[in-house]
Amino acid sequence: MKVQVDERGYYGNFGGAFIPEMLYPNIEELRENYEQIVQAPDFQKQFNHLLRDFVGRPTPLYLAERLSEKYGAEIYLKREDLCHTGAHKVNNTVGQILLAQKLGKQKIIAETGAGQHGVATATVCALMGIECIVYMGKVDMARQKPNVERMRILGAEVRPAKSGSKTLKDATNEAMRHWINNPTDTHYIIGSVVGPHPYPEMVARFQSVISKEIKAQLLEKKGKQNPDYVIACVGGGSNAAGAFYHYYNEEDVRLIAVEAAGLGNQTGHSAATTVLGKPGVLHGSKTLLMQTEDGQVIEPYSISAGLDYPGIGPVHAHLFETGRAKFYSVTDEEAMKAGILLSRTEGIIPAVESAHAFAALNQMTFNPSDVVVINLSGRGDKDLETYIKWGKY
Amino acid sequence: MNRIDKLFQDKKERVLNVYFTAGYPQLNDTTTILEALETSGADLIEIGIPYSDPIADGPTIQESNGVALENGMSLKVLFSQLKDIRDKVSVPIVLMGYVNPIVQFGMENFCAKCEEVGVDAVILPDLPMFEYLEMYKPMFEKHGLYNIFLITPQTSDARIKQVDENSNGFIYMVSSASTTGAKTSISLDQSDYFARVKNMNLKNPTLIGFGISNAETFDKACENANGAIIGSAFIKAISEEGNLEEKISGFVKSVKQ
Ligand SMILES: Cc1ncc(COP(=O)(O)O)c(C=O)c1O
Repeated sequence: MKVQVDERGYYGNFGGAFIPEMLYPNIEELRENYEQIVQAPDFQKQFNHLLRDFVGRPTPLYLAERLSEKYGAEIYLKREDLCHTGAHKVNNTVGQILLAQKLGKQKIIAETGAGQHGVATATVCALMGIECIVYMGKVDMARQKPNVERMRILGAEVRPAKSGSKTLKDATNEAMRHWINNPTDTHYIIGSVVGPHPYPEMVARFQSVISKEIKAQLLEKKGKQNPDYVIACVGGGSNAAGAFYHYYNEEDVRLIAVEAAGLGNQTGHSAATTVLGKPGVLHGSKTLLMQTEDGQVIEPYSISAGLDYPGIGPVHAHLFETGRAKFYSVTDEEAMKAGILLSRTEGIIPAVESAHAFAALNQMTFNPSDVVVINLSGRGDKDLETYIKWGKY
Repeated sequence: MNRIDKLFQDKKERVLNVYFTAGYPQLNDTTTILEALETSGADLIEIGIPYSDPIADGPTIQESNGVALENGMSLKVLFSQLKDIRDKVSVPIVLMGYVNPIVQFGMENFCAKCEEVGVDAVILPDLPMFEYLEMYKPMFEKHGLYNIFLITPQTSDARIKQVDENSNGFIYMVSSASTTGAKTSISLDQSDYFARVKNMNLKNPTLIGFGISNAETFDKACENANGAIIGSAFIKAISEEGNLEEKISGFVKSVKQ
C-alpha cells in the first residue's frame, strides 16, 4: 500500500481538516493554491537558493565511526544540527515564508514548544522584513528562556499562552484563535506535520529535502540510495517525515520512529502517543491522541520540550497503524545518556529531542553490514540547562 | 415536529438563544439554569459540552470549560442530568461541543442519547460539513437531531447556499471574524455581510452570535436576523456574586427589555 495523502487530506484513516468554519476560507485558500505555488519554477529557485546559501544545505551525511563500532553497524548521521538556527525546523519556515509572500500575507504567527520552531520562524520573518508573533506556553517560556530572547533579538513578539496547561498544545490553540481573529492578512506557520490538511503534507514536503539529500549522499558514498534503516525522533513528526519521505514507498528501508517515554510509559508522565493514545481529533486533524476516556486531551510529559506533544502527525498515525514504521519509546534517562554518549564518541552534543533517536539503538540489533541513517535533527546548545540540571556526566 | 421548527413557525423575530457551559459554575447547576432561562424568557438554550481545547472560544468560555471539567462534567454526567428535563423545560435545547469528546462517546450513542433526553440540535464547530455529510448525517436523521452550521463574514455566497441546503433548524451567523467573547459590539462593517445574507433569501432562519452582549447589540442583531445568541456575556453575568436564578432573570430582562 502506498503512503500518500488523498485529496481529502487523509493518510489512510488519519488526517482531514477538522476546523471551525471561521478558518475554512484560510485553509481553502492554502489548499487551492499551495501546490501550484510550490511547484512553480520561481518558487523552487528561491527556495533552493535560500536552503543553500542561508540555511547551509546540503547538510553533511557523516559516517560516525566510533558509534558504528559500538553498535556493530554502519551508522551515518544526517547533520540537520548544522542547519542555520540549529535544527531542521528552518527548512519548513523558509518554505512557508515564501508561500506566505506569494499569498500576499503581511503578518506571520507561529506556535512553539522548545522554541526551535519559534526561532526558525522569527529568523525568516527578520530575513523578509515581516511582522512576527510567536505563541509559547508560559511554562515553556520559563524552561526555554534563551530561545525566548533569541526570538526577541530577531524582532519577534513572544506572547505567552496562559490557557490550559500552558505548553505547546496551548500555544497551538492560541495561535489558531489568533488566526480566527485575523483571517485575511495573516499566515500561520505551523511547525510540524500536524494541523488541518494541507499542513501535514505541506510541511512534510518542505522537510523532504532531508531524505532527498540522504539518497544522493548515500549513492555517492555507497553506490546505493537506500539504507537498511532510517531512524528519527517524533514530536509532531516533521524531522521524521522529512527523513522518511522519499523512503515511504521503498519497502527495503526500515523506518524507525522514536517517541519520548518521559519517566516511563506506565508512570503517567510520558509523551509516547502510539503507546498511550487512541484515535481522536486535535488541532484540525484526526490522529492518535493521548486523551482521557471522556475525550479530554491529556497533558504529556517529556524532558524534551520539543517532544512534549499529546498527538503525532496523521502520517505517523498511518505509518504506525499499517506497520510501515516501527515505533520505539525512550525515557528521559535513556535519552540523556545517549546524548552524553554521542558527545563523547563523536564530539557532537545533540538536542535532547534528537538524543531520543540515538537511545533507540540500544533496543535494536544489527548485522555488521547494515547501513543505518539517524536523523540528527538539532544541536544541543539550547539544551545546556537541561544537561546541566540532569548532571550525570 | 422538531421544537426548533415549531419555535420559528410561531416566532420570527427577536428570538433569544442563550449559551451556558454545562457544569459551570457548579457541577449540578444545569437544570437550575435551564429552568431559570426558560422562566426568564429565553426562546432557545444552548448547552456547552466542556472541552480541554476549545479553539473557537475566547477566554471567558475557555475558563468556564476548565472549571466545568474540574467540577467533573462529562457527557455521561450531562445526559444523566438531562434525563427528566422535558418534564420541566419545553424550549428547544441545543448542545454545542467539540468533536473529540463526542467521537469518544460514540456518535451513534450520542445521537440516541440526545433523542432520549429531548435535545433538538447540535453545534459542532470543528466538524466539517463534508465529514458530517459523509459519515454522520444518517445517524442524525435517524434520531431526529438537527446539525447547525456556522457561517462567517468570510464565507462565500456559494458556500452559504450549500450550508442552507444542508441545514435544518437555523443557521448560526458568526457576526465577525473572531473567537467567542473577543468583541463586545457589532460594528458598521458587518452591515454589508448582514445585507448580503439577507438578500440571499435563505430557506433557514438565521441567528447572529459572537459579540452580542446586551440590549443594544441584541436589538442590532435582531434587525438583521431572526434573533441572536448570547454566550460570553451570560457566563460573565452568572460568574458574579449572588443568587443564580436572580442573576439569570436579571440578565435576560436586561437584554430583552
Ligand atoms: C531538534 C528538534 N528535533 C525534533 C523536534 C520535534 O519536532 P518534530 O517531531 O516535528 O521533528 C524538535 C521540536 O522542537 C526539535 O527542536
